Amino acid sequence: MPDDGFAAVIEPTKSGPVIVLSGTVNRIAKELLEAAYEEANSIEGEMKLDFTGVDYINSTGIAVIVGLLARARATGRKIGAFGLTDHYREVFEITRLSDFMTIYDDADMAK
Amino acid sequence: MVSWRRRRRDEATDSGAGSAPFESDIDLIDSIPIPLGDPLETALVSLGRPVEVSELEFDSPALSTIRQTGVEMIVPLVGQGELLGVLYLGHRLSDQAYSADDRRLLNSLASQVAPAMKVAQLVRTQQTEAKERERIQQELEVAALIQHTLLPKDLPSIPGWHVDAFYRPARAVGGDFYDFIDLGRGRQGVVIGDVTDKGVPAALVMATCRSMLRAAAQQEVSPGKVLADVNDNLVDEIPPAMFVTCLYAIIDTTGGEVVLANAGHNLPYVRSGDGVVELRATGMPLGLMPGMTYDEKVYQLGNGDVMVLTSDGITEAHNPDHEMYGFARLMGRVARKVKSGDVCGAIVSDLEHWTGEGAEQEDDITLVVITRTASAEVAATAFDDDSADETLATFQIPSIEGNEVLAIRKVAGLVESLDLLPTDVERLKTAVGEAVMNAIEHGNEFDPDLSVTVEVRVAEAAVRVRISDHGGDKEIPDAETPDLEAKLAGDQTPRGWGLFLIEKMVDEVRSDRQNGTHTVELVMNQKGGA
Repeated sequence: MPDDGFAAVIEPTKSGPVIVLSGTVNRIAKELLEAAYEEANSIEGEMKLDFTGVDYINSTGIAVIVGLLARARATGRKIGAFGLTDHYREVFEITRLSDFMTIYDDADMAK
Repeated sequence: MVSWRRRRRDEATDSGAGSAPFESDIDLIDSIPIPLGDPLETALVSLGRPVEVSELEFDSPALSTIRQTGVEMIVPLVGQGELLGVLYLGHRLSDQAYSADDRRLLNSLASQVAPAMKVAQLVRTQQTEAKERERIQQELEVAALIQHTLLPKDLPSIPGWHVDAFYRPARAVGGDFYDFIDLGRGRQGVVIGDVTDKGVPAALVMATCRSMLRAAAQQEVSPGKVLADVNDNLVDEIPPAMFVTCLYAIIDTTGGEVVLANAGHNLPYVRSGDGVVELRATGMPLGLMPGMTYDEKVYQLGNGDVMVLTSDGITEAHNPDHEMYGFARLMGRVARKVKSGDVCGAIVSDLEHWTGEGAEQEDDITLVVITRTASAEVAATAFDDDSADETLATFQIPSIEGNEVLAIRKVAGLVESLDLLPTDVERLKTAVGEAVMNAIEHGNEFDPDLSVTVEVRVAEAAVRVRISDHGGDKEIPDAETPDLEAKLAGDQTPRGWGLFLIEKMVDEVRSDRQNGTHTVELVMNQKGGA
């Protein structure tokens, strides 16, 4: 649940950079996530967002992810995601975010 | 006492010779008052007949003056043992002593004049009293007019609440007053007060105090600060030895929270399912000294709770045995439910029974009764009939960004034992979070002094979560499916997902706006089948 803050750590993998997210994804996460994206963007391969440590995403967090996808789309960068709970996976489907990013079932498949 | 004497023939006059002999010989003696308790008064009443001054062999202040003016004979006018007046006579014109016949004549005259003088005195007293009564009556009419003009013409009409008031002035108009102040955003101010003294001065102080309260209430959100402001202003305006007791409460009509401060007024009572409680907040009456501070009391009114505000004209009324009605009796009356719902009427009726039929009212009687009604009025809203619902909890959250998580946690805990699918619990949590976020941001505009109220109800086949804010005057847009392509292309803001998510997460969404309050109801059907 929120109030745990937000953190974004970049973890390079063979298939590309993974941004490991933790805590709450909301409006406040925007700056950190964008900074992480910029840093990860210099690493080759598919960029993936690891939501395993995320406990809460609200609509302002969805907007932050949309903003990230818009940046990636502008430069033709592919973005994937894994570690989503069933509920947030459903949210990504309802919002059609999953139409614009590959949702992996687990970390092994993603990496 | 008009007196006269004839000038002695050998006495010179200032006007000299040649003046008309009779008229110039009359010399009016100035009135010589005889103070009450002077020995001369006692002597004259006791004698009850004309008496020569030389016969009086005692000294008194009045007698000394009489002797100096040359009065020879005093004729007392006595009626019913009271000295009504006196005739002072000087020397006879003939310079002879007053004869026995003269005395009989004077005595006869006195016995006829005394009753006439008594009547004249009574008439004069009655005329003076009538003028005074007329003046007082006019003053009372002015005071009553001021009070009548300033008391509320209408009672507030608030969905989910019933407000009633009773005011009956004593014959000599007192200084009771009450007021309702619409503070907007679902907040209702309630005032009850009492000015010491009566008549026009009290009515004028009441008018001043009322204006100050209304002005301060619009500036301050804290009842304690409102009373402190009014007190500081009133100290400079109020006549000496006058003061005002006053209780000021602000009711959050959405969530039922009452915050009140008290300047020496009767404490209010609240009847809830747990009995009657006294809402104790203390502070000095207004107008006595500057720089006073006022405690605040916070109380959560639940559905069906009744808050009763009174003036001391009720508690200090006496019965024929001179016993006061008192706080205990009032509390007992408040504790008993009233079938008709007319709490004001029940209290007044009980008071009249106590004081006895036809008893003169000693002081103003003022009552304000505020009831948070149960489902009856809510059913008249856009929501379904919820009279069979069970309310699991009602709670408030300050409008601070991020506080939606508090609501999510609380609701999750409340629905844990219900028959909801785990996936539906997660969906409900998301919907609650989004609705509370909207309430904090759009309804209450992040004002930390405004609360978002969350009410969790359980029906036979569904859970209803009602989220209310103070944005009832604002237009709420319909939920639209966001255009993700346009957002990704940068043609639209990436935001705008809240209402869409809410609609997708729960089985039904309804909203209602009434009296400054906006409420969203989220309905999640119980599909668990457990």
